This record gives sequence, C-alpha cells and structure tokens, in this order.
Amino acid sequence: MKMTDNEYGSLAKKCSPNTKMYKTLPMAFIIGGLICCIGQGFMNIYKSFGMNMSDAGVMTSITMVFLSAVFTGFGLYDRIAKVGGAGTLVPITGFANAVVSPALEFKTEGYVLGTGAKMFVIAGPVIVYGLCASVLYGIILYLVRLV
Amino acid sequence: MSVYLNKGTVIMSNPPSIRSFAAAAGRMEGEGPLGSCFDYVSQDSTFGENTWEKSESRLQQHALEHALAKGGISESEISLLFAGDLLNQCTGSAYSVRDIGVPFVGLYGACSTMAESLSMASIFSDNGIGKYNVALTSSHFCSAERQFRFPETYGGQRPPSAQWTATASGCVVVEQHSAPPYVKSVTIGTIKDMGIKDANNMGAAMAPAAYATIKTHLENTGLNVDDFDLILTGDLGEVGTRILCDLFKKDGVDLESVHNDCGLMLFDREKQDVHAGGSGCGCSASVLCGHILGRIKSGELKNVLFTATGALMSPTLVQQGESIPGIAHAVHISAE
Amino acid sequence: MEMFMEYLRAFLVGGALCLIGQLLIDLTKLTPARILVIYVVSGVILGALGWYEPLTRFAGAGATIPLTGFGYQLAKGVYLAVSESGLMGAFTGGLQACSGGITAAVLFGLLVALLFKRGDKTAKIFS
Repeated sequence: MKMTDNEYGSLAKKCSPNTKMYKTLPMAFIIGGLICCIGQGFMNIYKSFGMNMSDAGVMTSITMVFLSAVFTGFGLYDRIAKVGGAGTLVPITGFANAVVSPALEFKTEGYVLGTGAKMFVIAGPVIVYGLCASVLYGIILYLVRLV
Repeated sequence: MSVYLNKGTVIMSNPPSIRSFAAAAGRMEGEGPLGSCFDYVSQDSTFGENTWEKSESRLQQHALEHALAKGGISESEISLLFAGDLLNQCTGSAYSVRDIGVPFVGLYGACSTMAESLSMASIFSDNGIGKYNVALTSSHFCSAERQFRFPETYGGQRPPSAQWTATASGCVVVEQHSAPPYVKSVTIGTIKDMGIKDANNMGAAMAPAAYATIKTHLENTGLNVDDFDLILTGDLGEVGTRILCDLFKKDGVDLESVHNDCGLMLFDREKQDVHAGGSGCGCSASVLCGHILGRIKSGELKNVLFTATGALMSPTLVQQGESIPGIAHAVHISAE
Repeated sequence: MEMFMEYLRAFLVGGALCLIGQLLIDLTKLTPARILVIYVVSGVILGALGWYEPLTRFAGAGATIPLTGFGYQLAKGVYLAVSESGLMGAFTGGLQACSGGITAAVLFGLLVALLFKRGDKTAKIFS
C-alpha cells in the first residue's frame, strides 16, 4: 500500500460516518435547557424559604449535585447523556457525574485507593484550572488595586 | 517441520488439526444473530464474581471447560496453553488458569489474540511440540471500559465510529494432523501505523495491518482471494471494513465478495446499540469458535482465512499524543 | 406569565451554552475533559471582566448551572475575598465560593460508592 499517512487519514475520514448533528445539537439544547430549568425551580423554592440569592444558589448547586449523584448511581445519568451529550456534560450535574461515576466504579479497588484516589480522575482538571485561573485573577485584581 | 517464508508466513508441513473448540459469551452477544451458536451464554455479566476482572477470568474458564469437554481431554493433558486478553498484564488469562497447573504462555495481541494464539498452538503442534496445545482468549466489556475508557456510569457520548467491546471468549484445542478442520498456514503480522490518533476509530487504525497481512499471506502462498470461501477479519467494524475493501479495490482486487468481519457479525447493529460493531479479543474468538469452525468441520466452508486484528495502543500513549499501531495475524483453516 | 418567562430565559440560555459544547464535541477533536476546562476558565474570565453577572441576572439558573457559572462563582468569590483580605483572598476566595458544590460532589460520590451497586452497561434496562 503506497500511501502517505495523510492520504490514509483522508481515506479513513471518508469512510467514517459523521455524527448526526441534526440529532445531537437539538437534544443537547433541549436537555441542557431542561436541566437549567430544574435548577431554576430549586432556586425559586429556596428563595421562597427566605434564603438570599447567594445561599439559594449554593443550596441549588448542592441539590443538583445530589440529584446527579443519585441518577448516576442508578445508571440513569449515562442513559440520558447518551442522547443529551453536552446537555448533560456542561451543567454542574455533569461535573457531579464525573466525580460520582469513578467513585462508584473503582470501589472494587477499595474505598481508599479506589474510590478515594480515583474520584477526581475525570473532573480533576476542572478544579485545577478553574482554581488556578481564579488565583491569577485575584493576583491581577490585587495588583490593579494597588496601582 | 514447518517452513518459514518471508515476512511472517509459516506453511505447516503436516497441517495440525483443530480437535475441539468452544465459545462463551454474555447477554448481549447471546441476543445477537449468533447467540444460539455459543456453548455457554450468561445473562449476568458478573458471571457470579464481584469484580469485572474476575468475571472475565470466569468467562474464559467456561470457554476452556467446554472446549476440553468437547475434545474429551482433561486439564492435565494440556501440553501448552497460549492465552491472552486486553487487561493490563493479561490478568484475565493468568488468573483464569492459575489453579489448573498448565504450562502457560501469556500473549498480548490486543484484539488479534485469537489468531495469534491459534498460530502459536498450530506451529508448535506442526513441529511435534506438545500433544494438545490450547489457544484461549477473551474480552469483557466492563473490564475493558474501566481500563481503556470511562467508568460504566459516566455520561459520555460515543461517536458513530466507536465499537463495542464484546463480552465473550473462545478456546481452541489443537493436535497433530488427524481430522478436519486443519490449520494449513499462518501469517504472523507486522505492526502497521498510519497515523490514526482517534481512539474512538479503531477500525481505521487496524485496517492497514489487515490489508498488509492478507496481502502478504496471499502473495507468499500463491493463493487468490477466490481460493477462499471466506476471508474473515476480527473487528474492523463498519469503518475498517469499508477501508479494507477500498484498499484492495485500489489493487484491482475484489475482496468484498468473500469478506466478512466478526465485529459486524456478532451483533445486530439495528437492534443493538453497538455503533460501528463489536470489538475485543472475544469478538473474533467467539465468532470463530462458536460459528465458523463448526461450518468448516461440516465441510460447509472449505477454506477460511481468519485474520484477527488488534490495536496495540494504551490510554497513556494516546494521552501523550501518539498514534495507534495496528496488527493482524492470519490463519488459513481448511476442511481439506 | 412572569414565571414562565423566567423559566424560558433559563431554558434558552442554558440550552445555548450546552449547544456550544455539543458543537465542540461534534466538530472538534476536543475531549470532554478539555471542553469542561475551557468552560470553567471562560467562566472565570467572563466573571472577572464583569460580563457574566448580567447574564446571571437575565437567565438565572440558565447561567449559573452550566460550568461557566462555576467559573463565574470562582471569580466572584475571589473578588470578594481580595476586597476583604487583600492578596490572601486570591488563594481563599475561589474555593470558598464553590465549597458547597465541590463538597457535595465528594460526599455524595462516597455515599453512592458505599450504597450503590457498580454500573453495568451490558445489563438490561429495568424499565
């Protein structure tokens, strides 16, 4: 076969089916939107309990994480994610699923070395780069204020 | 004494016989088009064990037990056991036979292991080394996913080119020349890497190796595509099959008329959500041992070129930005 | 009517943020982990620039639930902490603001691991 890697890559691309974007895009939009509506519902519930915006926001996050954890445990979150794609990945429920699923999966290696150590194997980068970006912002903010 | 031709082809001098064979599988494979061919099907993917790794070992044991029973031989009569799987350090195989006291040769060929192990067993038998040599391999969806990809409950979306690792196992017992099916020749493949980096498109990564091995085997043996009733690849799936046939078409050879792929045969892709088809060592192993060998034994198929394909990558190397090398081993199994 | 509009805004903005993610999945070679990193860092940047706050006022959970909202929380937390404690706030503010969500994920992760059976995609769906 006298073909360069590039030529082969083109052949491979030609033979590979494309993602059906007319299915994935609307579903991501709808499911993502619905998850946010559920979040909005909890915000309103907590505000009606007399909480301020900030506290209601925190409670909503905790609640959504809890629901995602339960759905993940029952093996339902990944079934929704199959059709939801980014609609389930992008909301905070996706973050929670990325933490809960390895925690559950690796329990066969023990609760310390399995669940404990591997809990952040998927979601770790979000914490690392989110926090570091915020620290950088904080330093810049402090220096700007000094000036 | 076997004869080595160049580039990996070995011609058997006194073609060894396949004495017996068996396949074991999980629920989804049992519900597929070949479900009734398997010697053992479990509805429960745990196979009664509490870790996926142990489940895979148990799955292998079922295939081995049935193959030995069908061949009328006991564990202690095995001369050499050639076995491998997808798990790190091939623990699926090592742990499945650790208690039976058999001389053990662990192999890694990724999804090509059935052809690799059968080649080894046949070459040793052809040269009078070992009375009963066994080839054994397996794959398990759950143990493979947690090692290569994501936790079971993780909400990821698989692209259309992705394949489904089969929960299945196959076992072949080889002896010196007696009755069909015979192993007439094998070609040990050369690694081929054409720069595919997408771990979700294994078919594209492995097709060049399948092309190279089949071509080498035909050239070395002087046979044509039409000399075979079936040229059966392991798990190229929908994408790899298309590429393979295209590559042969460029050579002016019509492979399509005799080609099929175990990854496409194992599952019903309309009803079962496996995207581009089945994959894993157990895919080609179970299709060979469950469905094909029986048809060769009965004479329905006269000459089959069984070419299992494997992707020799690891998640670490993929993360490092490396491309995926492929390999394919071919075994000419005949009823004559 | 007002409540319906509130949910509609959450739906549309949340959906749109997810749609962008789906385009990244389908059209680029970016893995999900990298996409999430892009989202959270974008949220920090947009929050720092003051551009995300109006979106949260407009769309509520439609802006706070997606991971960009997580980044925005980090930025907001750092802003408040630096105002109160100076440079130290750069280190404490982010994690403080997101502590609820992260702790919940860790706790419920452990609880689910303790209480639930391992997942199995090959098993029949119970429905």
